[in-house]
Amino acid sequence: MTKIFKHRLVLPIAALVALILVNTISRPSFVSITVRDGQLYGSVIDILRNSAPLMLVALGMTIVIATRGIDLSVGALMAVSGAVALTIIDGSGSPDSPATLGIAIAAGVTVTLIFGAWNGFLVSVLGIQPIIATLVLMLAGRGIALLITGGFITTVTSTPYKFMSQGYLLGLPFAFYVSVVAIVLVALIQRRTALGVLTESVGINPEASRLAGVRSRGIVWGAYAVSGLLAGFAGILYSSNIMAADANAAGQYIELDAILAVVLGGTSLMGGKFSIAGTVIGVFTIQTLKSTITFLGVPPAVSPLFMAMVVVIVVLVQSQRVRNGASKLWATVSSRKEAEVAR
Amino acid sequence: MGDPTTTPALDVPVLQVSGATVRFGRETALDSVDFRMFAGEVHSLMGENGAGKSTLIKALTGALPLDAGEIRLDGQPVRIPSPLEAQRHGIRTVYQEIDLLPNLSVAENIALGREPRRYGGIDWPAMRRLASEVLAELGLTIDPASQLGTHSLAVQQLVAIARAISTDVRVLVLDEPTSSLDADEVAELFRVIRELKDRGVAVLFISHFLDQVYEICDRITVLRGGVLVGEYRTTELLRIDLVQKMLGREITEQRVRRPSDPEPGTRVVLGARQLRRWPRVHDADIEVREAEVVGLAGLLGSGRTELARTLAGVDQPDGGVIVLDGTPTTIAGPRRGIGLGVVYSSENRRTEGIIAELTVRENIVLALQAQRGILRLMPRARQTELAASWIEALGIRPESPETIAGTLSGGNQQKVLLARLLALAPRALLLDEPTRGIDVGAKVEVQNLVGELAANGMSVVFISAELEEVLRVSTRIVVLRDGLVVATLPADELSSGSLLAMVTQPDDGD
Amino acid sequence: MSAATSTRIPEGIGTRVRRFTSRRASWIPVFAALGILLALLLAGQAYFGNFLTPRVLSSLLLDNAYLLILAVGMTFVILTAGIDLSVGAVLAFTAIMGARMLSEGVPVVVVIPVMLIGGALIGLLIGVLIQFFDVQPFIASLAGMFAARGLAFLVSLSSIKVEDPAILWLQTKLFNIDGWYLSPTGVIALLVVAAGALVLQFTRFGRTIYAIGGNEQSARLMGLPVVRTKLLAYIICGTCAGLAGVVFTAYQGAGYPLNGIGTELDTIAAVVIGGTLLTGGSGFVLGSMIGVFVYGTIKTAISFLGAEQSWTRITIGALLLVFVVVQRVIVSRSSRR
Repeated sequence: MTKIFKHRLVLPIAALVALILVNTISRPSFVSITVRDGQLYGSVIDILRNSAPLMLVALGMTIVIATRGIDLSVGALMAVSGAVALTIIDGSGSPDSPATLGIAIAAGVTVTLIFGAWNGFLVSVLGIQPIIATLVLMLAGRGIALLITGGFITTVTSTPYKFMSQGYLLGLPFAFYVSVVAIVLVALIQRRTALGVLTESVGINPEASRLAGVRSRGIVWGAYAVSGLLAGFAGILYSSNIMAADANAAGQYIELDAILAVVLGGTSLMGGKFSIAGTVIGVFTIQTLKSTITFLGVPPAVSPLFMAMVVVIVVLVQSQRVRNGASKLWATVSSRKEAEVAR
Repeated sequence: MGDPTTTPALDVPVLQVSGATVRFGRETALDSVDFRMFAGEVHSLMGENGAGKSTLIKALTGALPLDAGEIRLDGQPVRIPSPLEAQRHGIRTVYQEIDLLPNLSVAENIALGREPRRYGGIDWPAMRRLASEVLAELGLTIDPASQLGTHSLAVQQLVAIARAISTDVRVLVLDEPTSSLDADEVAELFRVIRELKDRGVAVLFISHFLDQVYEICDRITVLRGGVLVGEYRTTELLRIDLVQKMLGREITEQRVRRPSDPEPGTRVVLGARQLRRWPRVHDADIEVREAEVVGLAGLLGSGRTELARTLAGVDQPDGGVIVLDGTPTTIAGPRRGIGLGVVYSSENRRTEGIIAELTVRENIVLALQAQRGILRLMPRARQTELAASWIEALGIRPESPETIAGTLSGGNQQKVLLARLLALAPRALLLDEPTRGIDVGAKVEVQNLVGELAANGMSVVFISAELEEVLRVSTRIVVLRDGLVVATLPADELSSGSLLAMVTQPDDGD
Repeated sequence: MSAATSTRIPEGIGTRVRRFTSRRASWIPVFAALGILLALLLAGQAYFGNFLTPRVLSSLLLDNAYLLILAVGMTFVILTAGIDLSVGAVLAFTAIMGARMLSEGVPVVVVIPVMLIGGALIGLLIGVLIQFFDVQPFIASLAGMFAARGLAFLVSLSSIKVEDPAILWLQTKLFNIDGWYLSPTGVIALLVVAAGALVLQFTRFGRTIYAIGGNEQSARLMGLPVVRTKLLAYIICGTCAGLAGVVFTAYQGAGYPLNGIGTELDTIAAVVIGGTLLTGGSGFVLGSMIGVFVYGTIKTAISFLGAEQSWTRITIGALLLVFVVVQRVIVSRSSRR
């Protein structure tokens, strides 16, 4: 029993459940799901759909963080992939054809994959601190996206492109399937191969791993490349949602949300042990929170204030000092209880 | 208490601890220990790892609270709740890992915290003068304005001591101060210690090197398993008795079962010709044959570590050839080395060896898994089986493969590292100080293991700072000095005295 | 370790260079930044012909006074091996708060201190999270950033015009000396730089900042007031952000809650380009000032070219890259020594 309580996913799950409960109590409609034309609608479904870009970015971030790194460029990379894809669709004669769509998406994610690999090169080969290495693209990336779109917000109409974020498949939003596929793929690759444990090993002690024959460099490099790739797909989803490439707004603050999701999921920013399941829970927690804030009628612009509170609460809960204090308090309370029982 | 020495009854110890007890959870690390130091003496605290040495030092220097017991300074009871409080009482510590600030100047490292001021700001010229004076006392003529990080470890160590003695020091704790010093520097340090002693400072000198302890210390306190064994005058305690008291058992046969010397002409497995690696390896020739232990003997900085690393392909040579099975081979990195059956175990267990947060199983399997590649994950059952078999073979405690490796004692971590490398079934094993910082029992086990491995045909390169140990374990010895191979001799032809002479003294004046 | 003092007769150039590098190794990146700044200015002059004029050079300070103030505060924090991502949002928050208060008739002598205190409080919040709850600076200042941005929108969702003559005077009053001109905001920024440099070099607090960046544990064992110093570093950074809010309000003549998005990145980039190591313990306020001027020069050059302003970020990103790579090479060289 105590083992269950000590499991590191307990707190993240508890937080998510609590949030859902609060929502359900304050507005019973929160959990209600309506079926219209064989498609499901409701707040929960919205959360599943809207969380897709964050989910993709956070999965990549988890792996990068496991290698002791961080990727600040993901938001900028989202802007880049959206800009590339929409510029291609905008320039093609047949925006609805699957071929155009395929080329646009492939081009968008290829570019961010290359940028991700570039981040990885800076970190793993040149040995530059991850915060700085990715700061370069965080700064320059949006500039590049603006150059691609020529400084404008490129808008397009393409029914299949729109489908990716707004369409339904078998009753559920298509974007949700994208999330699921990404989660399953990342989890399989990490846990059904040796990649997961080798990544953790590199994150905990890079030099020892190198001496043990682990391809540290390749693993770190790969992590940033994957993060870039996933950010690219996230950018596609984002641009498909608004059907526009907005180089300034796309992925704004998403790197911070993603880092928060990873930390919420119990993965330490110091690298090493990581949890895909934790990150998934973290993403849903953040998305639910955002939905709650909107429901409360708070202007979206003020929502960062709530995010700040979440960050503070999360880090306080994880802080050793607060935990020690709490366990002391608990010990006093329970010893008092025991004393009462004895009486 | 064993057989305490008679001390002048009138003399009040400058520092006295009585009934010192420290518990970590259920474990008692220090059990009602009495300890005292007099002004103007050099005292050594001896004991195996886990004897409670470091716990006692930490309690004395305020790094750890006492659960029971009393500390008296000049007979007055005091509380030492923090290192700062200890410093205020004149108790200064110089730790093995130098805890100075490499990014600041030497002068600041000496004076920071009580720097001279003028017009409300720091008076830099005065601070440099102050530093120069203290450094001169230590015979050190370095530029006080230079950045500390630009100096060698030995100089940094002396700067740490300079910081300690520049204050009103009563008790100076030197924790393994000589581990990064060469012979000259040790002599210089001892000169300083004697001067401090004449000034009436009580010096607590902690070292693994028995020679040094016997050279400098007046008195020795021995701990074992957290309990006081006794306090002795150095002159009245034979070395063999000291080691016995530390181990608490008769040392029967410490000699390692050495494999019979290889027949002349036995195959050379790993070798190098004219191997160069700037700045510490100069044109080294070395051969390691099948079924032998080649000891690399040399002082710190002699290039012993660098030679082993270059030979194993961990660092790349600047010149020369590595020969594997008679074929010139390029070993591009440790991964390639492991593939070729040449494996290296680093002297820095914590930073370059163990993956502290992973389990013992994951640590043991790591290198093998890395060699199999990312895609071929070793089945979990197979991993557990492999780990369990090595845990048993090497006697790793605790026995569970799922223990987090970082929680193991030093000796057991070392065994886990050996298991990681042995699981690769290597042909050549290069061990850099595998016995450093582990308790004597584990040490003997590792030494015996090395002997057995060689007897079974493995080629082993063995590095240790202790010449005695190199002699005991090796079949042949390569003597290194200042990055040069000065001799290669069968171990039988050497005594520890002659080996010491070879590693320290220059030959006929070249 | 030679005990004998060798008789030093004439010092060779080699000895001098060696002594210089052993004493002043951390100044080398600053000189590199200065070199880049001069090269940029000269290249600008060669290309445009009218670049090296008192007007353009004066505007470097005038247009970037707020960034310079932010960079000084950020230097303190980065020297302790920390980081503060909140500065852009704090600037926006204090600016909109100040604008709102002024529009409601609160006198300027009250408004400015309140703005500074507002910045200091957010800095204090970040410092407390880092120091007492072991939160990483990155995350703690992220919380500060979110909080400040949210508060800014809570104050007002739209821009508020400032008409207070005292605030506007700060930017519009120009001291003209032979074609060079200087506004009170520029004077404030230069004073902040001077104060920052003096504090870091000549006070125990300043040296403790460096000590913490070198090795926090050691600094603690040396008896230096680590807790107080670190808290103060973040408070200084927050206060600088508040002051930058004042200057920015004067510069823009209005407060706007979306101001300063991405400014924290510009600030960090300027500090790093100015030669401060993000690992802490090495760097100078004067270097950060040069970094800000490099930033300003690039921005000016791009507007001279009539190119997209998005090129500024790209160029700064590229320059940041060059700098971190060069720093990396220097660091790995010296560790192989």
